[in-house]
Amino acid sequence: MIDFLNAVVALSNFVLVPAIAYGSQLALGALGVTLIYGILRFSNFAHGDTMAAGAMFTIFVTWWMQSMGISLGPLPTALLALPFGILGCMALVLFTDRFVYRFYRQQKAKPVILVIVSMGVMFIMNGLVRFAIGPGEQRFADGERFIVNAREFKAWSGLREGLAIKTSQGITVITAVIVVALLFWFLNRTRTGKSMRAYSDNEDLALLSGINPERVVMYTWLIVAALATTAGVLYGLDKSFKAFTYFQLLLPIFASAIVGGLGSPIGAITGGFVIAFSEITITYAWKKVLTYLVPENLEPDSLVQLLSTDYKFAVSFVILLIVLLFKPTGLFAGKAV
Amino acid sequence: MAEPFLIGENMTGGYGSGADILHDCTLAVEKGEIAVIVGPNGAGKSTAMKAVFGMLNLRGGAVRLNGEDITKLTPQARVGKGMGFVPQTSNIFTSLTVEENLEMGAFIRHDDFAQTMAQVYELFPVLKEKRLQAAGELSGGQRQQVAVGRALMTQPQVLMLDEPTAGVSPIVMDELFDRIIEVARTGISILMVEQNARQALEIADKGYVLVQGRNAFTDTGKALLANPEVRKSFLGG
Repeated sequence: MIDFLNAVVALSNFVLVPAIAYGSQLALGALGVTLIYGILRFSNFAHGDTMAAGAMFTIFVTWWMQSMGISLGPLPTALLALPFGILGCMALVLFTDRFVYRFYRQQKAKPVILVIVSMGVMFIMNGLVRFAIGPGEQRFADGERFIVNAREFKAWSGLREGLAIKTSQGITVITAVIVVALLFWFLNRTRTGKSMRAYSDNEDLALLSGINPERVVMYTWLIVAALATTAGVLYGLDKSFKAFTYFQLLLPIFASAIVGGLGSPIGAITGGFVIAFSEITITYAWKKVLTYLVPENLEPDSLVQLLSTDYKFAVSFVILLIVLLFKPTGLFAGKAV
Repeated sequence: MAEPFLIGENMTGGYGSGADILHDCTLAVEKGEIAVIVGPNGAGKSTAMKAVFGMLNLRGGAVRLNGEDITKLTPQARVGKGMGFVPQTSNIFTSLTVEENLEMGAFIRHDDFAQTMAQVYELFPVLKEKRLQAAGELSGGQRQQVAVGRALMTQPQVLMLDEPTAGVSPIVMDELFDRIIEVARTGISILMVEQNARQALEIADKGYVLVQGRNAFTDTGKALLANPEVRKSFLGG
């Protein structure tokens, strides 16, 4: 029985808690991708770097607040800076839309052209962020590091395995729940949100009904900026901020959006958790958990790690391939890719 | 004779810069009456109606609503002037609920549209029952009701229907025609394109038979049904 509890705690510590936090971050990122796809009808490759840019704005404000002695006590100061980061990111994406995407929208450019355009935007944003904040790792997390500390947990429970829950993980999950609830409330209950869904569903009929496409596009960018900044800051708090990692995040984020079904917000959230859990369970060394669970003579000699963590992006890739081959519309029947 | 409420007069034109599809074609509808456009496949029936709604470039002729020249207005602006249009396909928001479809129909209105919605539900009781269901899950006839209901939400003076009974069963078709007559009785003019020529002409105050983008016969619905030439060529004897 004690062995079983130890196994559960070890599993929670190394798989469940990190996967839930990572899944929330991916879900927020994928929501942004899926909204752009649903409304502007292209895959926004610049999304990872939009997250990085939003996080960067937040970090600058955080540093300034820290230097002024403003803090949230046990919570990271970045939470206080987040609204300012969102505003900065909103300005950035509206600027990009006004001077880049709008031109192609007026030309009625094909989605594939917009995808290439977004890659250009991606490279420029990527360069600007690295230029502004530096290419290296930037630390901006402060406040209490743990909600549940491994040593204290061991002392309290008397188990051999410890359970640690980082503050950043707790904040990630709580923020993600609030943001998703707000987003769904907005999309399903407000007139503007409904007009966005209507525009995504049937563009011509939306025009006939007097829905202004430029307004819908503007609201979409504003929401996407808020989602991207939140996702970027949470990821940065949880891991650390390095501009290049956000570029790499693009693959798992797109995998999440596509697995769930592009254009479907529920799908993006589900997809985020599917990808996060797959990535972490496949790259986790199961030896410890198995040692507690199986009889002594069956104990594994190897680490029982299916894939080295260096290959974690391969997991997203393979899931993406499987979905595209067998269910191209994704789990929640979004639009075919 | 006073000018009809809505008239597309001597319309000539086609899509974009392509060849002309309509040649000197005239369509008109009086207040509270039903005008039906019939004709063989490819006669330009839908095109003629889209021309009245401003969806193609007219190279000749004019469209007037209540005496006002609206030839240069965009379709969106014509909705604001009191015209409602129900396209033949993709005429509902499939992923939105029935009620949300109606709300989107009323998007340009900033007053309280609860009254209009109640009227639509009164006209189509089945929609009230299914108002929280996604419109895409409904049957063909019910979807057409949603489409018509959506267009009615702006309280239009003219309702334009592009083959409202396409792909529905004969029973549902009869029911839809009954509803359309009811809509006309509330004072809304109706201009519609129909594939089921005989049934449509039976309820029509005015009928237009188009052939190759030109007016071939124009008369009351009854007269057209009685006209031996029209019967022979277009109604199968």
